[in-house]
Amino acid sequence: MKILVCISNVPDTTSKINFTEDDTKFDTNGVQFVINPNDEFGLTRAMWFKEKQGATIHVVSVGEVSVEPTLRKALAIGADEAIRINTIPTDGLFVAQQLAEVVKNGQYDLIIAGRESIDYNGGMVPGILATLLDINFINTCIGLEIEGDAVTAIREIDGGKETLATTLPLVVGGQKGLVEESELRIPNMRGIMMARKKVLNVVEPTDSIRGTEDAKFEKPAPKGAVKLVDSDKIEELIDLLHNEAKVI
Amino acid sequence: MSVLVYTESENGKFKKNAFEVASYAKVVASQLGTSAIALTFNVQDDEILGEYGISKVLKVSNDQLATFSARAFADTISQAVEKEKAKVVIVSSSADTKFMAPILAAKLKAGYVPNVVASPENTEPFTVKRTAFSNKGFAHTQINTDIKIVGVSNNAFGQHKNKVAIEIEDFNPNIDDSSFSVKSVEVDKVVGKATIADADIVVSGGRGLKGPENWGMIEELAEVLGAATACSKPVSDMGWRPHGEHVGQTGKPVASNLYIAIGISGAIQHLAGVSASKTKVVINTDPEAPFFRAADYGIVGDAFEVVPKLIEKLKDFKAQNT
Ligand SMILES: Cc1cc2nc3c(=O)[nH]c(=O)nc-3n(C[C@H](O)[C@H](O)[C@H](O)COP(=O)(O)OP(=O)(O)OC[C@H]3O[C@@H](n4cnc5c(N)ncnc54)[C@H](O)[C@@H]3O)c2cc1C
Ligand SMILES: Nc1ncnc2c1ncn2[C@@H]1O[C@H](COP(=O)(O)O)[C@@H](O)[C@H]1O
Repeated sequence: MKILVCISNVPDTTSKINFTEDDTKFDTNGVQFVINPNDEFGLTRAMWFKEKQGATIHVVSVGEVSVEPTLRKALAIGADEAIRINTIPTDGLFVAQQLAEVVKNGQYDLIIAGRESIDYNGGMVPGILATLLDINFINTCIGLEIEGDAVTAIREIDGGKETLATTLPLVVGGQKGLVEESELRIPNMRGIMMARKKVLNVVEPTDSIRGTEDAKFEKPAPKGAVKLVDSDKIEELIDLLHNEAKVI
Repeated sequence: MSVLVYTESENGKFKKNAFEVASYAKVVASQLGTSAIALTFNVQDDEILGEYGISKVLKVSNDQLATFSARAFADTISQAVEKEKAKVVIVSSSADTKFMAPILAAKLKAGYVPNVVASPENTEPFTVKRTAFSNKGFAHTQINTDIKIVGVSNNAFGQHKNKVAIEIEDFNPNIDDSSFSVKSVEVDKVVGKATIADADIVVSGGRGLKGPENWGMIEELAEVLGAATACSKPVSDMGWRPHGEHVGQTGKPVASNLYIAIGISGAIQHLAGVSASKTKVVINTDPEAPFFRAADYGIVGDAFEVVPKLIEKLKDFKAQNT
């Protein structure tokens, strides 16, 4: 089985979010970039397939040279080869078209992406990619088993989960649940050394349409101070929720 | 030209979010000087959409579409878009819709913006305000394609009555068998209980509750309030609660009217996922817990004393107010 894991390079979850250039750009100053958490769960599931069932894993990221440390980290975790598509990832429609070229050229059986990137929260790349390729797609995937061509997957739905059956080739939008938090891997020294010698191919982008453009950013308005209620006067809280916030 | 809205339903009845997206579609249609048309799937009471400004319904009655299928639904919506020459498509932010909408975007070569929190601020260029960076910011996003898809954030826009005359027309999509190549085998879903996605109130517990055996009072508080239950990430990682209850940046988003956080410190990743809730209450022993800086109301106190008292007082309140 040949697996492609799509990796989005995102600010670490603890990052402070600021904007620059008259609030038109995300300010990367002092921000640490990491593998998008949803993609890390996917990559770890891919490692499981590699170790238990035999598979080759390629990782791909659409981005400029600054995404290479993140791709090297994926190689250190255990991916076999990396691809970087050399362009700025603007919107989901654009990124999916770039990825579609790589999938067509690489003959992958399984493409694992994340349910969403935690930076721009598009949540659309895997679904658009699958549709452009005319192959099966499962989103918010929290369980994935493959036997030959047959796939059994579980997806999270509002209020529960749904078991689905389909066949390869397949694109999944993954998240926590694909593997447990405790199964995530921190690259060890050997992995990091080996990653240096692995192939990282840089390919140039293809002409693609763009769907959307972020014209301006804004930070949420600062929050007013919390109103504290004494633990002996709980009826005050109920009164505030009823008469002031009007939520009960 | 028209605005098409996909309204979700379950067991023949509209979901709550159907009225919110219908209200939103009416506003967009007015801005564009056109009418709002709704697409419904196996619903009995289509007329009610007229109350929210929908002047026409394309009514699909099709057994094959009785259970949700992302691709088949996207096929149907794209055929309705073509028929009505729709330029803007309005959808919700439910899990099903977030599965379906990207497929639709690819089919229509449409720019899609999810998590939109307000009506378009401009129609030329078409610009909407949405959340980004997991609620740590907002983006004003332009959609540049001919057809545009707008995903309305749960509970951000609200339902607005605006009664108009409504006409209902049957609509029979052509769906290829290949669109059913992902088959539903089993649905495992809580029934008769509010879900995190659509509850007005969410009651959430963290590591401060010490162990799964202490969740009885969380469940009881949720029951008194008609709320859904949720938890912080470590609580689900340790198996105290099911993964489906994990909320936050890497879990489910919460956008309820009221979010009550009990024994949750308020780590940045947790707050990112719940800050879209309108009113936040925190109960925590530590007055320095970061959640107090993000909350509207707070009680500094031990959950094991405060929550049982809160349940009692709420029962009294409910008894007087119903
Ligand atoms: C990549 C990444 C992603 C993450 N994503 C998420 C996410 O999506 N969601 C999420 O929740 N977390 C997430 N986290 C974890 C997050 O950083 C915190 O570790 C987590 O939210 C803490 O959970 P908690 O508040 O339940 O526990 P703690 O931080 O241990 O807090 C427990 C709180 O309970 C209080 N307490 C103790 N006893 C009592 C009592 N008797 N009564 C009342 N209060 C009491 C304490 O004062 C304390 O504030 C993520 C972390 C990383 C690194
Ligand atoms: N620039 C990118 N390069 C490679 N994969 C990406 C990129 N952006 C998004 N993806 C993949 O698509 C998923 C969903 O991203 P998004 O649609 O941006 O929220 C991510 O979790 C990644 O797996």
